Amino acid sequence: MKAKEMICIVCPLGCHIKVLKNDGVYNVTENKCLRGKEYGIKELTNPIRVLTTTVKIKDALLNRLPVKTKEAIPKHKVIKCMEVINSIEIKSPISVGEVIVENILGTGVDVVASRSM
Amino acid sequence: MLAYDIVVIGGGPAGLAAAIEAKKNGVDSILVIERDRELGGILQQCIHNGFGLHIFKEELTGPEYAEKFIVELQKLGIEYKLDTMVLNIREDRLVNAINTEDGFMIIKARAIVLAMGCRERTRGAINISGTRPAGVFTAGTAQRFVNMEGYMVGKKVVILGSGDIGLIMARRMTLEGAKVLAVAELMPFSGGLTRNIVQCLDDYDIPLLLSHTVIEIKGKDRVEGVVIAKVDENKRPIKGTEKYYECDTLLLSVGLIPENEISENVGIKMDPITSGPVVNEAMETSIEGIFACGNVVHVHDLVDFVTEESRRAGKNAAKYIKNQIQSEGSITETKPGKGISYIVPQKVRPENIDKTLDLFMRVDNVYHNMNMVISIDGKEIKRMKKRHLAPGEMEAVKIKKEDLMDSKHAEITISLVEEGA
Amino acid sequence: MYDVAVIGAGIIGAFIVRELSRYDLNIVLIEKDTDIANGTTKANSAIIHAGYDAKPGTLKAKLNLKGNPMFDKVCQELDVPLKRIGSLVIATNEEEMESVKELYKRGIENGIPDIKILDGEEVREKEENISEEVIGALYAPTAAIVSPWELAVALAENAADNGAKIRLESKVTDIEKIEDGYRLSLGSEAIDTKYVINCAGVYAAEINEMVSSKDFEIYPRRGQYNILDKSAGNIIKHVIFQAPTKLGKGTLVTPTVHGNLLVGPDAEDIDDKEDTATTSDRIHMIRQVSKKITTKIPFYTTITSFSGLRARPSTEDFIIEEASQAKGFINVAGIESPGLSAAPAIAEYTIDILKEIIGNLEEKQDFNPTRRPVIRFMELDDEKKSELIKKDSRYGRIICRCENITEGEIVDAINRHGGARTVDAVKRRARPGMGRCQGGFCGPRVMEILARELGKDIKEIVKDSSDSYILTGETKQNQA
Repeated sequence: MKAKEMICIVCPLGCHIKVLKNDGVYNVTENKCLRGKEYGIKELTNPIRVLTTTVKIKDALLNRLPVKTKEAIPKHKVIKCMEVINSIEIKSPISVGEVIVENILGTGVDVVASRSM
Repeated sequence: MLAYDIVVIGGGPAGLAAAIEAKKNGVDSILVIERDRELGGILQQCIHNGFGLHIFKEELTGPEYAEKFIVELQKLGIEYKLDTMVLNIREDRLVNAINTEDGFMIIKARAIVLAMGCRERTRGAINISGTRPAGVFTAGTAQRFVNMEGYMVGKKVVILGSGDIGLIMARRMTLEGAKVLAVAELMPFSGGLTRNIVQCLDDYDIPLLLSHTVIEIKGKDRVEGVVIAKVDENKRPIKGTEKYYECDTLLLSVGLIPENEISENVGIKMDPITSGPVVNEAMETSIEGIFACGNVVHVHDLVDFVTEESRRAGKNAAKYIKNQIQSEGSITETKPGKGISYIVPQKVRPENIDKTLDLFMRVDNVYHNMNMVISIDGKEIKRMKKRHLAPGEMEAVKIKKEDLMDSKHAEITISLVEEGA
Repeated sequence: MYDVAVIGAGIIGAFIVRELSRYDLNIVLIEKDTDIANGTTKANSAIIHAGYDAKPGTLKAKLNLKGNPMFDKVCQELDVPLKRIGSLVIATNEEEMESVKELYKRGIENGIPDIKILDGEEVREKEENISEEVIGALYAPTAAIVSPWELAVALAENAADNGAKIRLESKVTDIEKIEDGYRLSLGSEAIDTKYVINCAGVYAAEINEMVSSKDFEIYPRRGQYNILDKSAGNIIKHVIFQAPTKLGKGTLVTPTVHGNLLVGPDAEDIDDKEDTATTSDRIHMIRQVSKKITTKIPFYTTITSFSGLRARPSTEDFIIEEASQAKGFINVAGIESPGLSAAPAIAEYTIDILKEIIGNLEEKQDFNPTRRPVIRFMELDDEKKSELIKKDSRYGRIICRCENITEGEIVDAINRHGGARTVDAVKRRARPGMGRCQGGFCGPRVMEILARELGKDIKEIVKDSSDSYILTGETKQNQA
């Protein structure tokens, strides 16, 4: 299998690391620290991202309320999550941290308001 | 006439932190003046996360970061006026401001904190040829439309400039259904954080074209396309490398400029490199009692540093009100040496420092494995290993008060030397 | 049926329609674009020339001489800024000094008042930043600067105040001769008029050929400019030209009436009458050539570059006459430089032709030559600012941070006769977006105000032309 190249984002150094899977074992090279190794394996096996976006809001100062997934979600679910978030509309008032979508797409992660409005 | 001990101009992260810190340091009569319809400044449109790692030890979105300060400001009972514009200030610290409710106001301040932030460089400032159709936006304007107003500014997008706002907007536009064709960057390196290149471009297969620029905009009514060319080491387009990108939108993320109309009009001394006021260790400008902090002084990469710097301004403004500023003694100047483009503050009164002096700076190129050497009057006092340095990332250095106090100092120099040199 | 239809709402059409509105006539001003002054009028050097340059005996010479002193009155009546700052034609060597002397002689022949030749020292006394190379200049104190688009807007507004109709976004697609006049097709609509005045700028020949044979041709000649920040506006105090040489006329440097600095233009014959693009080589060239005037121009403070098209006539002089095969159809065409300077005189000259055709015209008793003054908030003293906000709180809200333009001024620019319908039209009248940020902050707010005042959805607000949409829809479209 070909090694997967990626840029490590754990620190500003931005190492261009290589991750290779051999007999079920991950081998990370070109990393300068242990955290880089962890990052490389995670990115290959289960990359996750925090999704930040907006949701329609009524009777508020603005047309959109910013929201985020409270924890990181699997990267491949980001677009699907967008579609879910896009199809709802909420009403003001909303407080920061309030849950907007519970357990989105079964990820176990809530979508919460990232400001009060 | 209204009168306050401290008037803070700007209710973004800088103004909020300065006002809160001034209050905590014993000044009760404070007014924050904000021109927008709410507090928080540009943070309110920065809905992505990555803010607050230094200050709160957690990753927050822009609005969350802002809200923490807004709530604290309100709890402390600090007065503020929204939708209010300062027209000018005078050297004797009279502030002229207007809004729809109070009308024309003359406000007497004993100290002023300037925290007006910065604005984006435009197409004109970088002089792109071609037509002048609709569909050319600065990234920040597009960000406001998309994130706050809920409107899309385009369907097929090219972005010029790989500063963080440009990268963030590439992802944001993509998530909202637009197609981002490419991000072109004039320099051979990106001005944004690596993390943003990975999570905003690589994640969505958006190409980053380093050493490329937009040389022409086409389209009569709305943008119909742009021509991108590779540039040589002098940043001149190379003939024969032109490529046409059909698109309806061009977003510009080509730099930020401190917004200093008010500062310049009152005659505050400016630093031509930072485009902000020359300040001392107290964040005081060349006019006594007028302080400045945040992006109005120099453009920061992280809001956390804005907060830190602004707390210093707020604290010193409070000290000034209470006549506690130590302004006797010599003045030391900071001098950017090899590899450093600027240092803030530019002037230092060692007597007025509590424990350590914080210096912020930017380097002038991408460097690897360098030593950052700090010298006082030519004598090296500190040397720090730096594995990675880039102009997009601010560097901070602390100098102990003892190091500054033990002799008569004329200047602090910071420069980069190669490891082993 | 209208008595007179004026085609083209540039500075010429606007001057003519305002002059016509003095008389008891039913008139209409027809414009293909979304705004008045949207063609050559918005993109030129904005100079009222003294008049020494035109060839003696030509209409250009005659009408420039007559037009120049007419500006003070009209600008005062309509509350449009005008500054008589004078002009200098500089020479850097003996050959150029010869052509300066030629210009002086021509100026005397054209009857231009108070012109004189200065030596290098005298030039430096007037302009401290002028190039060291300058050895002399022709000084013409009557030269002035104005904002041509604001003037055209004011003229059209005043005409409308006095009863004229303004029809924007109405392109004349065909003209038919009817029994006692003409029928103008405006897309799906048509209007009838007894007389037509053709002020269609670079399209004047096409309009003429709808009723007549090919009497003349108009070639577009493009000129590019740089406009610099107000911080650069004081570098030069007069309109400064370079002495014409075998290589051409060089470029000019001048302050604008709003305190910016203008550098340009070049001259380039092109084919496309819509091509107002700028090109990097030309902008580079005008910057290089301007160094002959002064090397102190801080081009890094450039706010924007733009280009405009001059309407160059095949006859080389202004064409102001009845069309050869169409009675009562007057062409006012080929109005290239010094067209702006001559404009008030062109209007009078045109109306004299019309009077000859119609016979005498009846002057209105109630013609009002003045326009409701434009409030420029930042120019008021503190007390006036205070009173104004008390009267109308919208003057207490700043929309444009660079130039401190209030909501009140923007609303006023929209709600006048011939008012702004687009973001650029607001910018041309009240200046939000003209400053350093070029509308970055205020653009969305201006769109909001336009939408509110015009009763439109914000997505319908355009930048300039009717197809220059700004927003492409709402977010949240991809739904599960």
